[in-house]
Amino acid sequence: MSAYIAKRLLAAIPVLFGLTVIVFLIMAMIPGDPATAILGSYATPENVEKLNRDLGLDKSLLQQYLIWIANLFQGDLGRSYTLNRPVLDEVLERFSATLILAGTALVLCSILGLIAGVVSAVRQFSWVDKTITLVVLVGISIPSFWLGLLLILVFAVNLRWFPASGMYAIYGGGGPLDLLHHLFLPALTLAVVATGVIARLTRTAMLEVLRQDYIRTARAKGVTENRVIYRHAFKAALVTVIPVIGIQAGFVLGGAVYIETVFQWPGIGSMLVKAISTRDLLLVQGGVLVVASAYVLFNLAADVLQTVLDPRLR
Amino acid sequence: MSDAPLLSIDGAERVFGGGRTLFGRTRPGVHAVQDVSIDVRRGETLGVVGESGCGKSTLARLIVGLDAPTGGRIVFDGRDLVAEAGRDLRRLAREVQYVFQDPVASLNPRKTIRTILEAPLIHLLGLDRKARAGRLAELMEAVNLAPEFLDRYPHEFSGGQAQRIGIARALAADPKLIVLDEPVSALDVSVQAQVLNILDDLKQRFGLTYVFISHDLSVVESVSDRVAVMYFGRIVEIGPVRTVFGAPRHPYTHLLLQSAPAPGRRSLVSEDANTELPDPYNPPPGCAFHARCPRGTDLCKERQPVLESAPGEDGHKAACFHPHAGREAGKGEHVGQG
Amino acid sequence: MAEASTAPAPAVRPAKHRSSRPDSLRLLFNNKLATAGLLVFALIVVTALLAPVLPLPDPDVTAPADRLMRPLSEGHLLGTDALGRDILSRLVWGSRVSLAVGVSATLIAAFFGSLIGLVAGYAGGRVDTLLMRGIDMVMAFPYILLALAIVAVLGPGLLNALYAIAVVNIPFFARNIRGIALGLSRREFVDAARLSGKSHAQILFIEVLPNVLPVIIITMSTTVGWMILETAGLSFLGLGAQPPQADLGSMLGDGRKILFTAPHVSIIPGVMIFILVMSINLLGDGVRDVLDPRLKSGALTRPVARTAVERRQVPEGATPAPGAVLDVQGLRTEFHIGSQVFRAVGGVDMRIGKGECLGIVGESGSGKSVAAMSIMGLVPTPPGRITGGVALFDGEDLFSVSDERVRQLRGLAVSHVFQDPLSTLHPLFTVGEQLVEAIEAHQPLSRSQAREKAAELLSLVRIPNPVERLKAYPHELSGGMRQRVCIAMALAGEARVIIADEPTTALDVTVQAQVLSLLDTLRKERNAGILFITHDFGVVSAICDRVAVMYAGQFVETGETGEILRAPAHPYTAKLIDCVPVLGEPDRRLDAIEGRPPVVNDLPVGCAFAARCPRAEDDCRAGPIALTEFAPGRQVRCIHPLIGETQNV
Repeated sequence: MSAYIAKRLLAAIPVLFGLTVIVFLIMAMIPGDPATAILGSYATPENVEKLNRDLGLDKSLLQQYLIWIANLFQGDLGRSYTLNRPVLDEVLERFSATLILAGTALVLCSILGLIAGVVSAVRQFSWVDKTITLVVLVGISIPSFWLGLLLILVFAVNLRWFPASGMYAIYGGGGPLDLLHHLFLPALTLAVVATGVIARLTRTAMLEVLRQDYIRTARAKGVTENRVIYRHAFKAALVTVIPVIGIQAGFVLGGAVYIETVFQWPGIGSMLVKAISTRDLLLVQGGVLVVASAYVLFNLAADVLQTVLDPRLR
Repeated sequence: MSDAPLLSIDGAERVFGGGRTLFGRTRPGVHAVQDVSIDVRRGETLGVVGESGCGKSTLARLIVGLDAPTGGRIVFDGRDLVAEAGRDLRRLAREVQYVFQDPVASLNPRKTIRTILEAPLIHLLGLDRKARAGRLAELMEAVNLAPEFLDRYPHEFSGGQAQRIGIARALAADPKLIVLDEPVSALDVSVQAQVLNILDDLKQRFGLTYVFISHDLSVVESVSDRVAVMYFGRIVEIGPVRTVFGAPRHPYTHLLLQSAPAPGRRSLVSEDANTELPDPYNPPPGCAFHARCPRGTDLCKERQPVLESAPGEDGHKAACFHPHAGREAGKGEHVGQG
Repeated sequence: MAEASTAPAPAVRPAKHRSSRPDSLRLLFNNKLATAGLLVFALIVVTALLAPVLPLPDPDVTAPADRLMRPLSEGHLLGTDALGRDILSRLVWGSRVSLAVGVSATLIAAFFGSLIGLVAGYAGGRVDTLLMRGIDMVMAFPYILLALAIVAVLGPGLLNALYAIAVVNIPFFARNIRGIALGLSRREFVDAARLSGKSHAQILFIEVLPNVLPVIIITMSTTVGWMILETAGLSFLGLGAQPPQADLGSMLGDGRKILFTAPHVSIIPGVMIFILVMSINLLGDGVRDVLDPRLKSGALTRPVARTAVERRQVPEGATPAPGAVLDVQGLRTEFHIGSQVFRAVGGVDMRIGKGECLGIVGESGSGKSVAAMSIMGLVPTPPGRITGGVALFDGEDLFSVSDERVRQLRGLAVSHVFQDPLSTLHPLFTVGEQLVEAIEAHQPLSRSQAREKAAELLSLVRIPNPVERLKAYPHELSGGMRQRVCIAMALAGEARVIIADEPTTALDVTVQAQVLSLLDTLRKERNAGILFITHDFGVVSAICDRVAVMYAGQFVETGETGEILRAPAHPYTAKLIDCVPVLGEPDRRLDAIEGRPPVVNDLPVGCAFAARCPRAEDDCRAGPIALTEFAPGRQVRCIHPLIGETQNV
């Protein structure tokens, strides 16, 4: 088992390496002169030249990459031009906020999705099943950024139950309770789509598993129906659902871009949107790299969890 | 008919996996087929029997060129089959054809029978439309199917009918040799006989040579002239079917025959439970059957027995250091009834 | 040999089938939600297409005087936005843009993704590894993040957003299609096509692609909604459509700034996106249900814990035959699928005494397994139901007792051994856990006692090293060992009857012999009755005392094993014995049975075998034929039986 985990960790290294290559190439692919692109058309030639030198753009692509990677290992992702501070500092600060939001959403969608899916499958064709199916369909069809706006309008503006934006109250804020208060609406909005996807898949997986021969065997040996469903079938269904939860983590991390913009959550998503519109590409690069690496590690965890459940994968 | 064998397999070997990893460690490989040498004579039916995983299907795929051996030579009608299949499978496919185990899976569900049967006529023989129509009629007649079935889809057929279509496709290019890989094991017993009888009839009519692969001893016995028994990738016994089944020399053949159920046979001889198949990734150095063999000695553990003729019986070979006595000692008594 | 002569019979079914061939559309329309989705979607598409000819104001003309008019204002049905532009007009034109972008992105992603998937799946090996590693790389980025990165590079703009969305969706197609193509490429028809002389390209595009097409369509119909949402999202962030051009997302993005003062400006485009995507998703689900064969065959209906019992009349006062542990009388089991009724078991009596082995022999589709599974209610409902008969176990009718009582009896009094030991054992639990569970279901033992008993059971079925083996997972054992585990599980209770459904069919001959002799020994040791289902008379000979031959849902002949083999009375039995080659008799002529068994949803009035029977006469087809006793312990369902005639074997 531990040998397998070690193997998986080793296998993640080339993926992370590939990630840096792609992120680097994306920067290198910017059409035209990058410095001009970054600084805008009003840049003075001196500034352009200086930036080119700073970015090392006068060197070959491979050299540039090696320098970049070497700097990366020293924790140097460059400086943000718009914020005038090291990219890494900004990115890490922002990322912790995103992690709180996306993590909460992911826990929420996994729990809700699994419960909804199992209930739906167990009570197939009942009104419960039909209601869940319809709600799920609405959930995956609704634009999350719009849902966020609606929730703000109803619960923040009209009912004043929750704050409309931010992570902490500006005056007298702070503390976990304040955070939870601010977290509720954005986390819920972010979880909606993923909950729908997980619920659908869980339902299908449960129905599929319940037709397997080994379920018949369990019944034939006199196991109670509850045990058949919640032990035999659920465990087998979980094996198919876990990788999907891993993929959903990507959707949640990505979806955070919208939600953070709508709720003005000081996370990496809203930072990226701003950085893209201000063409602060070093910041984009750093942000993408950190989020993608986190996602790779998360998928790794999902893989390992799946292997723990399914001995055939070892 | 000339005396030269139609198909001659010499020391064929097929290893799956293996090779080296990036770090230079050797990867485990499985010897699916090992040191197999067989001659198939013109006009005969050679049966190949063995249990699952013994390499008989791999051997079949080697013969039709769907897979290439990792060692040894296969000569068909005087030509190097492996090289030819590697260059262009079509030339070989005109003369060597294949009938698959699962008749329904071997027909593309989205093509009509006409499209399926025309493919070899177009791609292998290059017939024009008129010639194709004539040939299709012949083929359907040969496998006893009504011509109106041509425009139907595979799912509209029963297993037996589908297998007859599979046979018609194999026949289409007028081959010399047909490899039949478990052609009746997916069929219901009542349908098996239909297909076996058709195969027999076609062989007489078109002068075909068959390699008939099956796990079912009684089926192989009823169709074959000679039989090869495979165990763990190797041939352990080969010879005329009546000699091999009537007076088996290799203990494995013996065990197979005694294990086979037959109507009217009350008790089956079974070995102890503690007889696991050898690990294919880590084969034992000597005879692979040694662990299960009641006659095994230390010699069997150390050395690999070679396929040798029994004294006085040229065509009957077994790979065993301590074989059962040949026909004289067995007095022709059929083991199956023992 | 001429099945052509019996062609009319099999031809009837296909003909019926074909008339219902264009049923895909009809099936879609049967689905009310999908139909509604289709209607709404069609309406939106038509409106969007007609935008240039509709009497709408120019969507981009600003009118500062008319800014932020509420919906239902005069001249502006949905009001105006912050620049005084007509929202309705912008909505129609915006939908046009969103639809065009979403659909184009889907087509691009589908084309490249499917191509990659097809090639990777078909080629396998290094090509597959290389392509899929590339796809994995793309998937290593959180979905929208990669799109953002691409837009960051290309610069904001609708076309760039389209490319970005298409690129990030390629992996979904590639992975889905690769899986299917991989499975198809290992299918025998691909090898057959190669041997028919087709080139790899021909096989890939002519043989494999048509089979993959439904999956491509399903994937497209389920992702197009997504893509519209995601492009709207990029526009919402200001990275997609640039002013003055508007798509639904950018309208929403514009409205966000004035959410509190004029909510309608952002709510209306949001509703539109929602309706559009919802209609597509409803339609997509409908398309998936129609095209996915698993869903079509109702394979995703959950079977309940016990077969439904809906007996037309409940027989009263049925008494078990003396000496019988299990006495099943007049069992009828049917499958109701749509309007069709399949009479899988049409009145069967099974009697098993202590330590006795009754074999049921039949071909596939004869109903032998269904009959056996009906006894303990293991036939899946839906679609199965027991519609007649009683199953008396110790005087108790298993069909009228409570669900809980059936559960208690399962495994305790009547246990099962199934055909394929790999699929019948749970792959995620160790052998020990599964055995312990079987023990604990009926006996209140401590965990350690239960494990001890489990180890005992394993040694009982002659598994060496039982304590070690308890920790093994099913896939770590060989087929023969797995089947021994299944038998051990069947012995966990004090089973008085073991129902063995083709327990050796999936096994090799030598292993089959081991398992058969094990079963034979155990039943003698424990004095348990066995109901043994098989298609093989050889296997029957090895273990069964009595045999019942089953055809089209009914027993056609019963009797003592040796008797039946020596002198079969029913022509079907005789033919069934004669058509199988027998080891040691290579010269025996194989007597094939022509034609096919009847389908059980369309059984003839008279003898079901009459159409294939050489002895059939008119009276055979006239009406039902009863199972009659013609000698002590011998019954036959035939009015022209082979009695008193010598069998030429």
